[in-house]
Amino acid sequence: MTTALNGEQVARRINKVSPGAVVASDKAAVVVTSESLFKVAEFLKNTPALDFDYLTDLTAVDYTDYFEVVYHLISLKHNHSLVLKTRCHDRDKPVVPSMTGIWRSADFQERETYDLMGIVFDGHPNLKRLLLWEGFVGHPLRRDYL
Amino acid sequence: MVIKTEPFILNIGPQHPSTHGVFRMRVTLDGEVVVDIEPVIGYLHRGIEKMGENRTYTQIIPLTDRLDYLASMTNNFAYVLAVEKLAGIKVPERAEYLRIIMAEAMRISSHLMAVGFFINDLGAMMTPVLYMWREREKLLDLFEMVCGQRLTYNYMRIGGVSQDIPEEFLPALKKFVAEMPGFIDEYDQLLLQNEVLLARTKGVGILPRDTAINTAASGPVLRASGVKWDLRKADPYSIYDRFDFDVPVGTVGDNYDRYWVRMQEMRQSVRILEQAIAQLPGGDVWAKVPQLLHPPVGEVYGHIESPRGELGFFLVSDNSIAPYRFHIRPPTLINLTALKDMVVGWKVADLIITFGSIDVVLGEIDR
Repeated sequence: MTTALNGEQVARRINKVSPGAVVASDKAAVVVTSESLFKVAEFLKNTPALDFDYLTDLTAVDYTDYFEVVYHLISLKHNHSLVLKTRCHDRDKPVVPSMTGIWRSADFQERETYDLMGIVFDGHPNLKRLLLWEGFVGHPLRRDYL
Repeated sequence: MVIKTEPFILNIGPQHPSTHGVFRMRVTLDGEVVVDIEPVIGYLHRGIEKMGENRTYTQIIPLTDRLDYLASMTNNFAYVLAVEKLAGIKVPERAEYLRIIMAEAMRISSHLMAVGFFINDLGAMMTPVLYMWREREKLLDLFEMVCGQRLTYNYMRIGGVSQDIPEEFLPALKKFVAEMPGFIDEYDQLLLQNEVLLARTKGVGILPRDTAINTAASGPVLRASGVKWDLRKADPYSIYDRFDFDVPVGTVGDNYDRYWVRMQEMRQSVRILEQAIAQLPGGDVWAKVPQLLHPPVGEVYGHIESPRGELGFFLVSDNSIAPYRFHIRPPTLINLTALKDMVVGWKVADLIITFGSIDVVLGEIDR
């Protein structure tokens, strides 16, 4: 059985290595600032006790006030999982660092999220629309897109 | 004399028999050798995630049929499991067993298509596929018995399944389960000692273990690369912890291993089916669930081992009748991330079979 790690405990460990990174945390998830996201992700992947080597799912939710980018991480070795999140409040140009340098599985998923939700993944090697055609105007999965 | 050469770009697809749907590959070639590849997708995009946000939880079930249309039952299964996790609904025992029976029968049916068309891509035009369709047809007949459909089943419901099986179902399934191992032996006899198949697949399109994990490959593609990771064992959902089965794992991660893993998985699915038939209890098949479901505010990520890999549903509820966010994790889209690693340096003919060995379904990639 995959154990879902307690977000509050992981948040304490993250705060030790990068103070101020955690915005909020509860049992289910850890929310970090987008500035510290890359560093936190590296920490989660490279710490032997955590060893999150498998980014299974990447998506975003539009809460109208802000966007929440959600990362579902799994460690195949320890068989545990974690939900990592980050928020961006700028509706015109929400920017989040790209995870492709750490987990290559982010490649298509970040392109899809950019395409449908309009979130810019800074550092992505080939950030262009994935499902919709070039020249499409708007991002259909936003709540204000009708 | 030195001949001046330069790489050129070849478009394969979107309308091409080897692309298993409307998939386009933009391939950069040096002579016949692949230098670079870029998958171009979206030709079948229907906006299912957006549609889901405007439908009730029950109305989404038929949408999931149209994702991976070669394994609709497992799509239904993954979605209803996620909703049940979100709303905390308990499913009757008999429905759990019926779901397992359908999911494993679906896995055999889907793998038959995968292996058949993989051999087709190798150049054995249509003959092996017809052998495999012979058995798949029996499974489609079984599905037709339970829900009247052969492709888009819409059989599972939140809290159970739509109806109980008819009385002719179990005898037909038992006959299939008894015969199927013999048929798999027949495929092995026809294919496993075939020199052309071995020469074209062994050592071709290797996906190393580390790359497979880093690109989050799943299902037979991940297991062929030597990673023993099957969600039915690693994170048992429904009642998979009650069954005894093995997880076949490849060694090299080449096309042959991906083919071999699928063949072995069919044998294991037959084992699960045998046990499920023997243990099948009586009783209700659908729990009492309100017609209009209002799950509590929250979010859930439910994943299962579909024939193609980890199929996940991410749902966010705001306590209304429709999900606030409905996201699908499509296994084959993410398995395609590693396609470039598998094919660069190989010839165009190897590209076709390596792509076939991933077993893509475009309905799921494009959504």
